[in-house]
Amino acid sequence: MAAAPKTLVEKVWDDHVIGDDLLFVDLHLVHEVTSPQAFEGLRTAGRKVRRPDRTIATADHNVATGPGEPDELSQAQLAALERNCADFGVRVYPLGHRRNGIVHVIGPELGLTQPGMTIVCGDSHTSTHGAFGALAFGIGTSEVEHVLATQTLPQRRPHTMRIDYAGELGPGCTAKDMILGTIAQIGTDGASGHVVEYTGAAVRRLSMEGRLTVANMSIEAGARAGMIAPDDTTFAHLEGRPGAPQDFDAAVERWRRYATDEGATYDRTVTIELDGIVPQVSWGTNPSQVAPITGVVPEPADETDERALRYMDLRPGTPLSDIAVDRVFLGSCTNSRIEDLRAAAAIVEGRRVASSVRAMVVPGSFQVRADAEREGLDRIFTAAGFEWRGAGCSMCLGMNPDILEPGERCASTSNRNFEGRQGRGGRTHLMSPAMAAAAAVTGRLTDVRELVGG
Amino acid sequence: MKPVRLISGTVAPLDRASVDTDQIVPKQFLKRIERSGFGEFLFYDWMQQADFPLLWPEYHGAPILVTGRNFGCGSSREHAAWALQDFGYQAIVAESFGDIFATNCSKNGLLTVVLEPDAIRELLDSAPAEATIDLEAQTVTLPSGRAVPFEIDAQVRERLLNGWDDISLTEQRADEIARYEAERERVGPDALAI
Ligand code: SF4
Repeated sequence: MAAAPKTLVEKVWDDHVIGDDLLFVDLHLVHEVTSPQAFEGLRTAGRKVRRPDRTIATADHNVATGPGEPDELSQAQLAALERNCADFGVRVYPLGHRRNGIVHVIGPELGLTQPGMTIVCGDSHTSTHGAFGALAFGIGTSEVEHVLATQTLPQRRPHTMRIDYAGELGPGCTAKDMILGTIAQIGTDGASGHVVEYTGAAVRRLSMEGRLTVANMSIEAGARAGMIAPDDTTFAHLEGRPGAPQDFDAAVERWRRYATDEGATYDRTVTIELDGIVPQVSWGTNPSQVAPITGVVPEPADETDERALRYMDLRPGTPLSDIAVDRVFLGSCTNSRIEDLRAAAAIVEGRRVASSVRAMVVPGSFQVRADAEREGLDRIFTAAGFEWRGAGCSMCLGMNPDILEPGERCASTSNRNFEGRQGRGGRTHLMSPAMAAAAAVTGRLTDVRELVGG
Repeated sequence: MKPVRLISGTVAPLDRASVDTDQIVPKQFLKRIERSGFGEFLFYDWMQQADFPLLWPEYHGAPILVTGRNFGCGSSREHAAWALQDFGYQAIVAESFGDIFATNCSKNGLLTVVLEPDAIRELLDSAPAEATIDLEAQTVTLPSGRAVPFEIDAQVRERLLNGWDDISLTEQRADEIARYEAERERVGPDALAI
C-alpha cells in the first residue's frame, strides 16, 4: 500500500520529530535582544550550547544605522551578544562585519535557509524563512535557552492551513499587496494556531524576495509559520551561496520531495481572489486594518476600529490618497532586499522627495547595501533626497534613534502598524516599497500606478 | 519555576481585543539584559493615561487579568510575560492568545486560561470582584459562583502543577536526541564552516 499523502509541513515535521513531541532544530538564529537572558540561564545552570554548528548570531534590532553611537544600554546589550557568543563558541556577525544584517535577511542571503529544514529564532518574523519550504517559527527567550541547551523544542504536531490564491496580481501590485490583502480578509488571528502553506499560480510566479515578503507576514495573521513549497526559483536562488550544499544537484533532488502530495488534506483552506486587487495600504493600528489605495478610510466596525481611527487621527470617508505623510521608511525584514530597493528606486528615479517629507532607506543587510551600491541605487535615492543608511531593523521597531516623533505619519514598508511601534505616538501606514516610494515623492499616500507610464 | 495550582483574588479588567506585546512592553525597555524588573514598564504608554483602568486602586495587587481575544499577539518578546508576572499577575484569562505569548507564559509559570466570550464578559463586568482558578480541576469560579471548565494542554498543565523545568525534562531524553543526530539528522549548513 502506498504511504498516505502528506502536506509539506507534515513532511518536514515527520523528518524532525523525536518521539512524538520533541522537534529537532536544524538552524537556530540568534540576535541581541531576545538572547542575553537565555545565555545567562545556561551559565547559571552550567550548561553548554549543544550545537554551535547549527547556531548563528547577528546584531540587528538595536544597532545604529546612522552616524552616532548607540546609547549605553544598547551598547551593553550588543557587547553582551559578542561576549556570550565568544563564551559559548557561537559564530556571530556583529555590527561592522560584512555579513551583518537583519537576522531574517542574512539567513537566506548566506544560503543557511534551505528547503525542508526546521528553523527557529527568538523573533516572531522567523516565519520569513518558510518561503524556502522550511518550517520556521518564532520562539521566546526561555525556548531560545532550551534550543541552545538541547537543539530541540517540545512541540505539538501543527494544525495545517492552506491559503490558496486564485487569479493574478494586477499592475502595480506586489507580494506585499497580496499578503496585506490576505490579512485584511482573514484578520490578525485568522490563521491562529496553524502552519500556513501558500499555494496557487500567483505564488509560484513570485520571486524569492516576494515569497519572503509573504511568508514574513504570516505571523501578522496569527500563523505559527508560513511555508511555500520549494521549486526551481528556490533552487536557483540558493545555488552558489556560502551555505549551499557542496553537492548541489543531490540536494535539489532531495529538496524536490518537499511538496504537498496529491490528495493530502489540510485542516483548513481559504481561497483569496487576486483578480481585481489594487495596491493596499493600512489605515489602522493592526495589519488587518487595510484598504485599497483607491478607497476611503472606512467606517469603524467596532470599538477596536474606533480606537485605531482615534490613534491614527483619521476620519471615515477620507480618501486614502488625501492623507499626507511626514516620513517614509524603506526597510525591515519584510521589504529591504535588493528587489525591494530596485522597485522603489524605479519610482524615485528622476524625481524628488517632497519637501515636507523625510525619507530613509535602510537596507536589510550590508550585503544588500553593497549590491545596491554596485547597481547605483544609492545614488538614485540620495539624489532624490533619501537618507541612505546602514543595515538593521531601524525604524521597523525603533529601538535605536530611528523613530517617529509623536503625531508623525509614516509610509512604511515594515510589517507592524501597532500603536507606538515606530515611536511613541507615531502613526504607521504599511505598504509595498513602490507605494512607499510614491508617497515619498508626492508627500501623501499615492496609488503608485499614477506614477508609472502607460 | 514555582508550582501553580490555585489562583484566587481580584479580577482586573482590560476590555480590549488584540492587545499586542508592543503595548504590553514597548521596545525602549527591551535593552535590558536581565530577566527581572520589567513590571514598571507594563503597558507603559497606556499607564500614562489617567483613565487607564489598571491604574485604579481597586485593581492594585490583583492576581488575575481578564481581557479580550488574541491577547499577546505580535512580537515574540518574552519581556511581555516577565512584565505581567513582575507586576503581580499570576493568571491571564482571555478569549484567545497569541501563540508565542502563551508559550512564553507557560515557561514562566504564568497561567493563561481561555474562556468562552460569555464568561469573559461576566468577568469583565464583575471586576473588581474575586474569582478563583483551579488548575488541577481546570475550572474558573466566576464571582457569581458559577464554575466554568477550561481546556489546557495536558503537558503544560502537568509542568505547571509540578513546577517542572522544561530543559531538565528534555535533558532526560539526551539518548533519544543523540540517536536522532546519529541516524536521522540531515547534513545542513555548518554555521562554523561558512
Ligand atoms: S526588521 Fe522589524 S520585524 Fe524584522 S526582525 Fe527587525 S524588528 Fe523584527
